[in-house]
Amino acid sequence: MSKAPVLILGARSDIARAVAHKFADLGHPIQLAARNADRLQADKTDIELRYRVPVTLHEFDVLATEGHAEFVGALPALPGVAVCAVGLMGVQAENEQDMSAAVRVMRSNFEGPASILAVLANRFEDRGSGTLVGISSVAGDRGRATNYVYGSAKAGFTAFLSGLRNRLAKQGVHVITVLPGFVATQMTEGMDLPSRLTAQPDELAEAIARAVDRKKDVIYVRAVWWLVMLIIRSIPERVFKMTRI
Amino acid sequence: MKLAGWGRYPVIDAQLHTPRSEEALRDQVLHERSVIARGNGRAYGDSAINASATLHTKHLNRLIAFDPATGQVVAEAGVLLADLIEAFLPQGWFPLVTPGTKFVSIGGAIAADVHGKNHHIDGSFRSCVDWIDVMGADGKIERCSPVQNPALFDHTLGGMGLTGIILRACLRLRPVESGWIRQTTVTAPDLQAAMAAFEAAQDATYSVAWIDCLAQGAQLGRSLVMLGEHAKRTDLRAARRARPFEIQRRRKRTIPFDFPAVALNRYSVRAFNALYYQAGKRSRGEQIVDWDSYFYPLDAILDWNRIYGGKGFAQFQCVIPLAQAQDGLSALLREIAEAGSASFLAVLKRLGPQDSAFSFPMEGYTLALDFPVTATTLALLERLDEITLRHGGRFYLAKDSRMRADTLRAADPRVEAFCRSRVEMGAAPRFQSAQAERLGL
Repeated sequence: MSKAPVLILGARSDIARAVAHKFADLGHPIQLAARNADRLQADKTDIELRYRVPVTLHEFDVLATEGHAEFVGALPALPGVAVCAVGLMGVQAENEQDMSAAVRVMRSNFEGPASILAVLANRFEDRGSGTLVGISSVAGDRGRATNYVYGSAKAGFTAFLSGLRNRLAKQGVHVITVLPGFVATQMTEGMDLPSRLTAQPDELAEAIARAVDRKKDVIYVRAVWWLVMLIIRSIPERVFKMTRI
Repeated sequence: MKLAGWGRYPVIDAQLHTPRSEEALRDQVLHERSVIARGNGRAYGDSAINASATLHTKHLNRLIAFDPATGQVVAEAGVLLADLIEAFLPQGWFPLVTPGTKFVSIGGAIAADVHGKNHHIDGSFRSCVDWIDVMGADGKIERCSPVQNPALFDHTLGGMGLTGIILRACLRLRPVESGWIRQTTVTAPDLQAAMAAFEAAQDATYSVAWIDCLAQGAQLGRSLVMLGEHAKRTDLRAARRARPFEIQRRRKRTIPFDFPAVALNRYSVRAFNALYYQAGKRSRGEQIVDWDSYFYPLDAILDWNRIYGGKGFAQFQCVIPLAQAQDGLSALLREIAEAGSASFLAVLKRLGPQDSAFSFPMEGYTLALDFPVTATTLALLERLDEITLRHGGRFYLAKDSRMRADTLRAADPRVEAFCRSRVEMGAAPRFQSAQAERLGL
């Protein structure tokens, strides 16, 4: 029996690439979606040669929300699993001064991802099956001075995923929220990250594939993050506002 | 950040870049004072470290093309041999030449012109390379092969990354009928017997010996010589014959912490060696083993480099020409046994003839050892250098982390010409590693 295709949204990122490889290794056809999709030709060939599964490329702009329904309609097959790996960190200092930059971060991390997953959710609901994976962030667990614009958008996305899961749980559609913590990617390159808290993209991909298989709801990639965030969330606001975490 | 090779010695504070595209890579080549490429960091010493800019090729690791009729594969330099095996062994293809770890990048294998257990038959990695794309100091990419830009090709193979950045290569794989190896173990009670076993096994596709470096006197050089052939489908029992490329995945073990420096000492290694030799004696005759256990026994223990403790270890590998091999090896083994330094890994191998611009192999016997880094062992390594020089031998740069520049020059008359070519092709001084600086290349 051939396996259901896996759609990767935001296919150019390090995490997306690792996730695509993981599902291809499990024998799933892969649909790679990103802006300038034709520039993913080398990745398509690479995955096809390594895993002998078909790979298709799809032009996709997360901010062009009006085109999302059409995008899903044009896919060669409705995927069994859709992974949204779209995200934009931005620069906090810039986001504080330039609202257009801040809006772009908010739209890229919340509005856009929510829009495309909403379209897919309805199609999955009609079919009565499917898994949606949203890669959100622990930054959404509590707003911090150092990245609250990004964090607030991720908070919105996390809440959206949680609500979607609640709505679709009885319709055969499963929703997974991924809270990766630090991951060694292009986004975090040059940052001085503690190695015990930092996952490799492969590790994240492995955790996502496992979560899909076992129908997990919310996953932290390294278990220690669950504890870290529990502590961060439970600091009283009165104290938290004076800290620099 | 702090960078080191697989031996974790020396540790150098270096700028590490991980370009995701050819353009990003070119930018660094053009704008940094000097650069060196780094594949998967499996060279033991400081070959792939440049303090001002080390360019990690881990993101440049795509397979580009494969011809299932001929086994010809085109890949970016960051692809590992492990990736090639995973992708193509199920279709009946295996690397033509492989070193003792599958975690080397193609770029690294070309730069070090690595050799395997079949060197006496198939030669070094060069034998499987059809062409290489190399980025020069001007950012331009040149394709080189034995007929196109042959000088660049000759100097890039074994050139330790000092001729430019290896971007892509076209390789030929070997057709195999299964993922299994027929292994025969020959016990050799001393060095002479071990060499005789190699000479008698010139037709064996693979041959390598584990050698007990702590054995002395009449037992000096006692070894287990392991010969191997790719198993044909008909060599396998029926259950395996149906799925000849499937092997049971070995559980990967990790070394969770640095062993204390005293864990490996002459007593523990001597005890291990004695047991291993006896076990080898018992398993004489033919066995069928899977490719992973046969070619890459140490890969099953991830981070095995931690067994030597936090200070790291130094590898030593030399080749002694055939005529002087017995004298040279005896002298080396005596020196090691007398020093009582525990080399956990000691490997002896007969190399076939090879004539190349700067590659390591030449006809003779190669001995590879490793030692924890201490003042005593560093002094011992100096003495081993001298013995090698006295017997007309030379040294493997992929293993080196501490040799002196004058030792290299004394050992290898090709150094001058190599340095000159580097200048002529515009590769010096832009492409430079900590090792090249130390050795004056």
